[in-house]
Amino acid sequence: MNVTKFEHSHFAHCESGVMSSLLRHYGVNLSEPMIFGLSSALTFAYLPFIKIGGMPLVAYRSLPKSIIKNIQKNLKIKMKLETFSNKEKGEQRLNQLLSEGKVVGAQTSVYWLPYFPPEMRFHFNAHNLVVYGREKETYFISDPVFENSVECDKESLLKARFAKGMMAPKGLLYYPVDIPKDIDIKSAIVKSITKTAKSMLKTPVPISGLKGIRFLAKSILKLEKKDKKYAKLFLGHIVRMQEEIGTGGAGFRYIYASYLQESSLLFDNDAILEESSNMMLEVGDKWREFALMIAKSIRSKKDIDFEAISNKLIFISTEEEKVYKKMLEFIGTK
Amino acid sequence: MDIKNVPQDDSSTYAKNKKAIYAKDEDGSLKVIGSSGWNVEEEVTKQALDDLKQSAEDAYCKVKKGEKSTLYYYMFALRMDLQLLSEITGFFKWTIKRDFKPSIFEKISDKRLSVYAEAMGKENKDLKILQEINYECN
Repeated sequence: MNVTKFEHSHFAHCESGVMSSLLRHYGVNLSEPMIFGLSSALTFAYLPFIKIGGMPLVAYRSLPKSIIKNIQKNLKIKMKLETFSNKEKGEQRLNQLLSEGKVVGAQTSVYWLPYFPPEMRFHFNAHNLVVYGREKETYFISDPVFENSVECDKESLLKARFAKGMMAPKGLLYYPVDIPKDIDIKSAIVKSITKTAKSMLKTPVPISGLKGIRFLAKSILKLEKKDKKYAKLFLGHIVRMQEEIGTGGAGFRYIYASYLQESSLLFDNDAILEESSNMMLEVGDKWREFALMIAKSIRSKKDIDFEAISNKLIFISTEEEKVYKKMLEFIGTK
Repeated sequence: MDIKNVPQDDSSTYAKNKKAIYAKDEDGSLKVIGSSGWNVEEEVTKQALDDLKQSAEDAYCKVKKGEKSTLYYYMFALRMDLQLLSEITGFFKWTIKRDFKPSIFEKISDKRLSVYAEAMGKENKDLKILQEINYECN
């Protein structure tokens, strides 16, 4: 039996949650919002040409694994990432790490994890969890999106770690190997805020950032001519990506508001950051209103007012724009 | 959003679980709070689940009528689609579509069948038998 003492915490999002609890275990105390913000994970992307489950890709955060990689880069924490060519090697390595007393992050599919209720089991390959122990054929898991720690049988965990298809995890395991004594959080905050604000405001391609939001707004108008069932599924899909997949509410906007607030404290209660945080929180509320509009129109038998939904999204993009400009004001003072 | 406004709607799609939401407490600081569900989210999750269920039921009836092979049903029953099954197995979509024909699937090689079985977490023999579900086909 190899079970390391590990403190489970309930987080909003899998990857930032895993990184927060992994790093805490290895001695670095950073909240989930700090991890999320410092890795510049907030974004928006609408990629109609990439289909998942027949629906175009809508993302409120950066690519999977980018949180792990950006935390490594921005905080100079050395992470070890291991993938495997086959299941046997992947299983052996996990067992070996556990027997060394390590606690490791792992990427898995959601669908094959038996502790997920059927209502939440979709084919999504970029889920993250912490494995902290094993007893015979049972693994002890801290899955950040669950309230309590869970257990998983060997076969299921292996199947989930080696699920194939888009974003296949390939058995990915990760853990910190070297953590610097002094982490310069303040300069990392400045860098990450600059990056997030600039990429949202100035992305040259029309599919991401604020332009991506406006592009999606235009596509919603076009749904008028499409099959009604498809139109409703498409709208529902946007809300699912915004709320269902573990975003802390409002497509990560609330987590980010929390990051801005925490950052403000670290900069001696910086007023501009505090204001940015409040603004982002309000933008989050607007996203929730947008979700509510969609849910009502799906439920209703009446014709959908695509124009109203689209206009709401345009309005959100202009409100969000103000937040990023405010964040850059803070950068201007540094 | 204020903590007191965080929905606690006991959504069926949460299956008694809670999700962490970030919201503002009375002092104005943002905190994590567990939410038992939100009607809005439940609506869209149910919509997706119903759509998957309906696809599986339609497929089930097509198999019953002899129009499609059991593989076709299991693909939908496991919440997959042609694209995903193609990505997982590495088979071209058109070759998978061919296996949806009962006459072709009946003669499938064990090797090819085991690739499907592995993708779907099933035994070879189970893939050839239609599992009865509680659904009346028209």
